[in-house]
Amino acid sequence: MDASVEAAVADAHRREWAYVLAATVRVTGDIDLAEECVQDAYARALTTWPVQGVPSRPGAWLTTVARRRAIDMLRRRTTHDRVVPALAGFDDADHEPADHGGVIADDRLRLIFTCCHPALAPESQVALTLRLICGLTTSEVARMFLVPEATMAARITRAKKKIATARIPYRVPGPDELPDRIDAVLTVVHLVFTTGHTAPQGAELVRTDLVERALHLARMLRSLLPDEPDVAGLLALILLTDARLPARTAEDGTLALLADQDRSRWDADKIAEGLRLVREALERRPPGRFALMAAIAAVHAEAPTWSATDWAELVGLYDLLVTIWPSPVVSLNRAVAIGLAEGPEAGLAALDALAGEPQLAAYGYLASARADFLRRLGRVDEAADAYRQALAVTENAVEAGFLSARLAEADHDLRSAP
Amino acid sequence: MAEYLVLIYGDESAMDEAAPAEMAKMMEGHRQFGQKYAAALRGGNALQASATATTIRSDGVGGSTITDGAFAETKEALGGYYLLEAPDLDVAIAMAKEIPAPNGGVEVRPIRPID
Repeated sequence: MDASVEAAVADAHRREWAYVLAATVRVTGDIDLAEECVQDAYARALTTWPVQGVPSRPGAWLTTVARRRAIDMLRRRTTHDRVVPALAGFDDADHEPADHGGVIADDRLRLIFTCCHPALAPESQVALTLRLICGLTTSEVARMFLVPEATMAARITRAKKKIATARIPYRVPGPDELPDRIDAVLTVVHLVFTTGHTAPQGAELVRTDLVERALHLARMLRSLLPDEPDVAGLLALILLTDARLPARTAEDGTLALLADQDRSRWDADKIAEGLRLVREALERRPPGRFALMAAIAAVHAEAPTWSATDWAELVGLYDLLVTIWPSPVVSLNRAVAIGLAEGPEAGLAALDALAGEPQLAAYGYLASARADFLRRLGRVDEAADAYRQALAVTENAVEAGFLSARLAEADHDLRSAP
Repeated sequence: MAEYLVLIYGDESAMDEAAPAEMAKMMEGHRQFGQKYAAALRGGNALQASATATTIRSDGVGGSTITDGAFAETKEALGGYYLLEAPDLDVAIAMAKEIPAPNGGVEVRPIRPID
């Protein structure tokens, strides 16, 4: 087959899947049936486009074909076949989704809010989003999260069954619920990003497949909800963090910390776009969680060197973040910023205040941050202990390599001490 | 339209120790809930304490054993329920949020229609 046609179908799959599926769900009122019809439509594209040429609007072509197939299948279905109840939220008369007023309702938004409904388990929200919005297969989603395919298939089936039987509606939430529900959607996209950005397990530091999907989702949300500052904030956060990717690993695959990165290797276009979005996200007062996290990333992005970083500004941003998003991990980052703004002694004191946090016990960064401040204070003995603690809990090979190197340095300092 | 059973769970010891004013506030909450959603409510009751429960389990060979107490011993015991009608889960959740459950919470379960 013509490679350009194959590329066009792959491109339409990546860009238009959510649009085509959401428009088809509107006809079927049933996610499974709609998925089947959309898969058929993409298969048809592979055989039709080489003959008739790639249509000028591939998404519209695919939607027409998928919907026609759906209407066909629904006609052939007897009422007896309908074991699964239709999706809730449709007006029964004409399958027109009934949204609350005031929100422009793109079908994709309805599908996104259904996938990220708080009545679904977080891991199911993520799985459904990747499968239904990004169009990944169950085996692809399973590979991304390093779980067996059967486990992922069961998770997706269970979630779809709950959507149908508990009647989770296919609808954009009303203004009262909207802020919470947008936050839930952003949380899912952020989780996809962080899972990719520092892969929790495995040989590679970054899983670019997940990072790209998160960026794609954030851009889609930005186009669907252009006036939401926290959506702008999340997109900015992803861009500014991902911009550092080229500098995060040295050529030999070892980890380069923010402090040691060659900043000329950062992606300048992503930084410029991210900085524009941060300014917009910060216009709402008080700023939201993702806007603040993006502002923190922006401070790093704007610093010409590590030593020229505005640590006092960072401490101020972390202070704000910890009030709206109290979490031990945020407190940990705040403590590190304090150490860099006011010296290792102050940083160590702030870190030690977090020693009892159960959530941080299995989190290597607390131990590695302590190790770093201890090393700066010349307390090499304790620093070596802390590096050993950090090593014991990290499951990422690249991070482990970095920690081992630091531990070796500390041990060496110890031996050469008088 | 669908039906949902909303199960109200709470810490019974906290309930026993509740001041009369607190109890009155909770009862008033239920009264207001009943009034506001009269059209959607299909039933509802408060239950006596789980200490009054009797459990009957099948012994697997055609008989049964009877024991004192609730089916599952938990800190937060089932204390009451509402049966309500709603077009979808969001509407059911919005209603359920207004049910007083000061020492616990509520569980929303869709009713399975048997045809």
